[in-house]
Amino acid sequence: MGNAITMQELLFSYPSQSGGAPVCVFDGLNINIEEGSFVAILGHNGCGKSTFAKQCNAILLPEGGSVQVFGLDTKDEALLLEIRRTVGMVFQNPDNQMVANVVEEDVAFAPENLGVPSEEIRRRVDDALRAVGMYEYRTHAPHLLSGGQKQRVAIAGVIAMQPRCIVLDEPTAMLDPTGREDVMRTIEKLNRENGITVILITHHMTEAIRADRVIVMSEGRILTDGTPKEVFTQVDLLKSAGLDVPATTQIIYELNRQGFDLPLDALSTQECAQALYAALKQTKA
Amino acid sequence: MLKDITLGQYFPGNTIVHRLDPRTKLLMTLLYIVTLFLCKWFVSYGIMLAFLITAIALSKIRPKALFKGLKPLIIIIIFTAVINLFYTDGRVLVEFWIFKITAEGIRNAFFLVLRIMMLVTGTFLLTYTTSPIALTDGLESLLSPLKKIHFPVHELAMMMSIALRFIPTLIEETDKIMSAQKARGADFETGNIFRRAKALIPILVPLFVSAFRRADELATAMECRCYHGGEGRTKLKQLRYHTRDVLCLLLGAALLAGVIVLRQFSL
Amino acid sequence: MAAIIEVRNLCHTYSVGTPFEHDAIKQINFNVEKGEFLGVIGHTGSGKSTLIQHLNGLLKPTSGDVLLGGESIWKDKQTTRRARFRVGLVFQYPEYQLFEDTVFQDIAFGPKNMGLSEEEIRRRVLRAADFAGVKQASLDKSPFDLSGGQKRRVAIAGVIAMEPEIVIFDEPTAGLDPAARASLLDNIGAYQKATGATVLMVSHSMDDVALMADRLLVLNEGQIEMLGTPAQVFAKAERLHQIGLTVPQVTSLFLRLKELGLPVDPATYTVDAAIEQLLRLKGGDAGC
Repeated sequence: MGNAITMQELLFSYPSQSGGAPVCVFDGLNINIEEGSFVAILGHNGCGKSTFAKQCNAILLPEGGSVQVFGLDTKDEALLLEIRRTVGMVFQNPDNQMVANVVEEDVAFAPENLGVPSEEIRRRVDDALRAVGMYEYRTHAPHLLSGGQKQRVAIAGVIAMQPRCIVLDEPTAMLDPTGREDVMRTIEKLNRENGITVILITHHMTEAIRADRVIVMSEGRILTDGTPKEVFTQVDLLKSAGLDVPATTQIIYELNRQGFDLPLDALSTQECAQALYAALKQTKA
Repeated sequence: MLKDITLGQYFPGNTIVHRLDPRTKLLMTLLYIVTLFLCKWFVSYGIMLAFLITAIALSKIRPKALFKGLKPLIIIIIFTAVINLFYTDGRVLVEFWIFKITAEGIRNAFFLVLRIMMLVTGTFLLTYTTSPIALTDGLESLLSPLKKIHFPVHELAMMMSIALRFIPTLIEETDKIMSAQKARGADFETGNIFRRAKALIPILVPLFVSAFRRADELATAMECRCYHGGEGRTKLKQLRYHTRDVLCLLLGAALLAGVIVLRQFSL
Repeated sequence: MAAIIEVRNLCHTYSVGTPFEHDAIKQINFNVEKGEFLGVIGHTGSGKSTLIQHLNGLLKPTSGDVLLGGESIWKDKQTTRRARFRVGLVFQYPEYQLFEDTVFQDIAFGPKNMGLSEEEIRRRVLRAADFAGVKQASLDKSPFDLSGGQKRRVAIAGVIAMEPEIVIFDEPTAGLDPAARASLLDNIGAYQKATGATVLMVSHSMDDVALMADRLLVLNEGQIEMLGTPAQVFAKAERLHQIGLTVPQVTSLFLRLKELGLPVDPATYTVDAAIEQLLRLKGGDAGC
C-alpha cells in the first residue's frame, strides 16, 4: 500500500508573540505514514504535535519542504477541499468543534459543505452515527451529552466526509475513563474494519500501546519511531523526553536492574503478568 | 440559577403545529402580528383570540409554559397599562389629585394589555414549536431572494445557528466562572449598582477570553470540515411546502382580510 | 484525630419542580480528618462536583448539613462567607478564571476580598506563588501571556493565597502531559507537608490519587460506594470496574499475578511497593 501522509524536509515556524525572532517548530522533518496504519504520536505539550496535525490537512502550510496527502500536495490551493475531505481532524475539546445544536445536523455539516445531495447526506449521517454507536442520540442536543459521547459525535462528523485518514489531536484529554475507552474502541474499529488510516496524537501511554506504530516527538524532531514494543523499551530515552512509561514496563525495567531477566517488551498487563509468573515460578522450582 | 432561564426554548412534539414548515410558521407569525395591530374592537380581538387558543390547543403546549414566558414582561405590561389608564383624554370617570381616569383610558389600557399578551404568546408559540435550527433554515430560505442584492443571508443564518449552539455552553461556562470567583470570595450580591457592576469584571474578562478561544477553535474545526461559505452547500433536511402549509397560509390571509373589513365598521 | 469537615445526610436536588429534576447526591455522610489527604473518585455524573461545592457553601444543601470545625456553615451569613475562605476550592481547568492585568494581582484577588492589609496580601501572594511553582519573574506579567501549565499554577496560587485550612482540587492535572502532571502533584504534596492543610483531590484517574491519598472516597450515582485506604478500595477492583472506574495498572497486574497463583497482595498500587514485593518473593524463594 502507498503512503497516506508524506512529509519531506518540512520547515515551519510560528511568528513570535513579542515581535522577536520566529519560533521554529520543524526544521527539516521527514515522516511517512503508511495507508491503513494506526500510528500514535507521543510527546510532551509544546513539542510540535498539534502543528504536525494541522500540517496534515492544509490548515497550516509548509514554509519549506512539502507535505503530500495521498499524493496531493497541500500547497496546491485547487486541491484544498479534496485534501480536507480526505484527511479528517478531531480536536481535544469536543464542545468547540460542534456547529449545530442537534447531533444529526452536526454530523451533516461536512457533507452539506461538500454539496452532497440530501438523500446521500441522510445515508452518510446514519451510517456515521451507527459506526460510532451514537445513532440513538441523533436528535439530541450536543450540550446534554457526556464528553465521550460528544467526542464520538465529532468523530462521526468527520467520518461523514468519508475520509481515508483521520488525525485525532488528544481526543481523550478531557474525558473520563469510560469515555476514553469508548473513543479508543471507536478509533480502533474504524482502523480495522473500515481501513481508515488513524493518526492519534496523545500523551497517554496506555493509548499509544494500542497503535501499530509509535512516533515520539520532542522539540519538533522524531526522537524514536517503531512498534510500541520497540519504543517503550527505551525507558531512559522516554523519561528524558518528559514522558512516562507504562507501569508494567517500569516494574520490569527496575527488576531487571536488580538481577531479573525479564523481556522488556511485555507491555500489556497480561503479558507482563505471564512474564513475571514464569520468572518467579522458575526461581521457586 | 442561570441554567433555568428559558431563551427561545423548544418543546419537541409531533403535532400539526410542529409539523408545519418553519417558513409557514414564520410568515404566519408575521401575518398574526400585523393583523393584531389592525384589530380595533372586541369582535376582531375575539376572532384573533379564538385563532390563538385553537393553535395552542393543537400544539399541545401547556398554557402554563406560555404564561411563564409572560412573567418577565409583567412590569412592562403594568407600566403601559397605567400610562394609558391615566394619560388618555376623554370622558372623565374618576378624578383624584393630579390623576384622572377616563373611559377611553380604560378601553385603551385593556386592549393594549390584551394585545401585548397575545403578541408575546403568539411568538412564544412559534419558538416553542419550532426547533431553533428549523427557524434558522426557514429564515435563510425566506430571505434568500436578498442574496441577489449581496445581502449575506447564509452568513447571517450560520451566525444565528452557531449562536444558538453556543448559548447553553456559554451559560454553563458563566455559571462555572461565577462559582470559581465566588470561591475566591467575590461578592456579586451586595453593594450599590457601581460596586456590583465592578464585581462583574472577574466574570466578563474570563468569559470573553474563553469565547474568543472557542471561536478560534471552532473556526479551525469548521475549516477542517470543508466549510467554505454558502456556495454550493446542500442541506440534510430540505424544506418543502405541504398542503397543510398552503391551507394555513390561506387561513392567515383570511384573518387579515377579515380584520381589515371589520376595521371599517370599527368592530 | 479530629474531624474538620462533617457531612451529615447531605442531599442535593437540581431543578426542583421542573421536568429536569434529579438528585445529584443523596444521603451522604462522611468526615474529613484534620490534615488528611482525601481522594474523591467517581465517573462523570457521580456527584463529585456537586459534593465539593457544598463543602465551601457554594451550593446550599436541599437537605442535610455541612459542619466545619463542628459548626454548621449555614448558621448565618457571616459563617457561610467565612467558609469560602476556610475551604479553598480549585475548580477544573482553573486557568480559565484568570482576569487581572498581572499575575500578582490575580493571585491577590482572594486575599483582597478577605479585607487584608497590603502588606499581608503581598506576603501571602509571594508565599502562594512559591508553593504553586509560579516563577517570580512571571508575577508582573499578564496571566494571558503564560503557557497553559503556568496559568494553571497561577490559578492554584490564587486559591492557596487565601491560606485556607482545607484545599479542594477538582481534577488538577486534567489535560497536562506526564511531566507537568508529576511536577504539579509534587507541588501539591509539598504544600500539604509544609502547611499541614487538609487536602481533598477529586479525580477520575486512580493513578493520580493512589499515590497521594490517605483515604479514598468513591462516589457512584450520588452515593458513597466506598470509603477507606487506597489498599482497601483497590481490593474491590471488580466493583470499581462495574461502576465505570479503573484500578491503577499495578493493581490490575497484581490481581492477575494472584489469579496465576503467586502469593502477592492484590491491593498493591505503587510501582515501588510492587518491586519490593516481587523482589522479596524472589529472594524468599531463593532462600529456601
